[in-house]
Amino acid sequence: METKLTINGTEQRLDLDPRTTLLDALRHHLGLTGSKKGCDHGQCGACTVMVNGRRINACLTLACMHDGDEVTTIEGIGQPGNLSPLQEAFVSEDGFQCGYCTPGQICSATAMLEEISNGWPSHVTDDLSGKADLTPEEISERMSGNLCRCSAYPNIVEAIRKAAGENA
Amino acid sequence: MRPFDYTRAEDTEAAARQAAGGGTFIAGGTNLLDLMKLEVMTPEALIDINRLDLAEIEETDDGGLRVGALVTNSDLANDARVREGWPVLSRALLAGASGQLRNKATTGGNLLQRTRCLYFYDRAMPCNKREPGTGCSAKDGFNRILAVLGTSEHCIATHPSDMAVAMRALGAEVETLKEDGSTRRLTLDDLYLLPGDRPDQETVLEAGELITAVVLPAPVEGKQTYRKVRDRASYAFALVSVAGIVDIEDGRITRADLAFGGLAPKPWRNAEVEDLLTGETPSEDLFNKAADLLLAEAKGYGANDFKIPLARRTLVSVLGELTEEAQQ
Repeated sequence: METKLTINGTEQRLDLDPRTTLLDALRHHLGLTGSKKGCDHGQCGACTVMVNGRRINACLTLACMHDGDEVTTIEGIGQPGNLSPLQEAFVSEDGFQCGYCTPGQICSATAMLEEISNGWPSHVTDDLSGKADLTPEEISERMSGNLCRCSAYPNIVEAIRKAAGENA
Repeated sequence: MRPFDYTRAEDTEAAARQAAGGGTFIAGGTNLLDLMKLEVMTPEALIDINRLDLAEIEETDDGGLRVGALVTNSDLANDARVREGWPVLSRALLAGASGQLRNKATTGGNLLQRTRCLYFYDRAMPCNKREPGTGCSAKDGFNRILAVLGTSEHCIATHPSDMAVAMRALGAEVETLKEDGSTRRLTLDDLYLLPGDRPDQETVLEAGELITAVVLPAPVEGKQTYRKVRDRASYAFALVSVAGIVDIEDGRITRADLAFGGLAPKPWRNAEVEDLLTGETPSEDLFNKAADLLLAEAKGYGANDFKIPLARRTLVSVLGELTEEAQQ
């Protein structure tokens, strides 16, 4: 199945078995191993990438369904020496222990901050018509699709708040 | 995952024809691909409908909304018109799944997602829904999350959707397109079948019949809420949920549209409960009578017995919240 994907700004042409998930296409066929396979069932969020600007679980979609789409992975968000503000904040706030969930956390948080700035409410937002503040409660709710088995959650929340300028 | 033929549908008519020949539609795929990895579902052909022109939310002539089947859960929950006029639907969607899944999951796919019964997922165990005639492992097994209303001796699975519960309370209807090009509209009550002796048959949809849209009637007067009780605060299925739309005039209830999740094989609604409440002055005593009626036929299977009192307390609490002003 021929599939064209634009990954982190670079066009890639792949010829894949239709069963290939977007996650396996990234990791096994393009060598982009930043996106992690945790549960492979959409429960842990370690595989989170952005497709056309929106965060999704790369393990629960087929690469061939995304012909022509733009994908951003952790490799496109920052590189050594050129970290994104969220990556800087995860380092300074100690937002991880083993680090396995971290690429997914950062891809997810990058898109989540965009969702908040676009005025998307969440389950814990009191007023559906208003704009949500970036409280710890809002961050926890919006990041519930990303698990951290080391349970670095308090520092992940602080890192996201710091990157968003909430407690700078 | 078993091999399958992959086809990208060019238009809705072609999609329906292709699926009628033995294909399975894929939209968001968040539930289907999970089940295909586990080989609980083994379609021989996938018809990818993501490129079809079904991702718009349009206003209808009578003040309602026509939600295309491919509108994502995120786009539906965040639509300004939905937040304003149908807030119970926004709330239900935002209570479901995770940010990542809501970005992928679609309106049509959400309606057709499969139960999360552990035995449906476990191919080593009998399950009448997965393999008709093999028996139900859940009745005497781990059934904490399963149904207490509308079950049969063959299946006690719940329908897992939050969105569908709100749509049931709102009186939404599903538009479909059949293989022969004809269309029809179904209420959610008509769409879903109870398990009976064929729990593998979950809806009345025919082979190749494609959900093209969900139509929401015009907004109604009254307060709306969606209350979801679950084992953790976020990203978990409902143990019990209540979608409620209640209006009060002169101290009396004039509307009580109530639908329930987590209790039954389909989003549950009971007109007798609504009739009992309508015309009455709100009180805790009245709400308990409504719960008596709702749960009169409820049957627990051991580990899920707790859902019956939990449903009562949740209903009483939701009705209290929605009639708070009238009770002061």
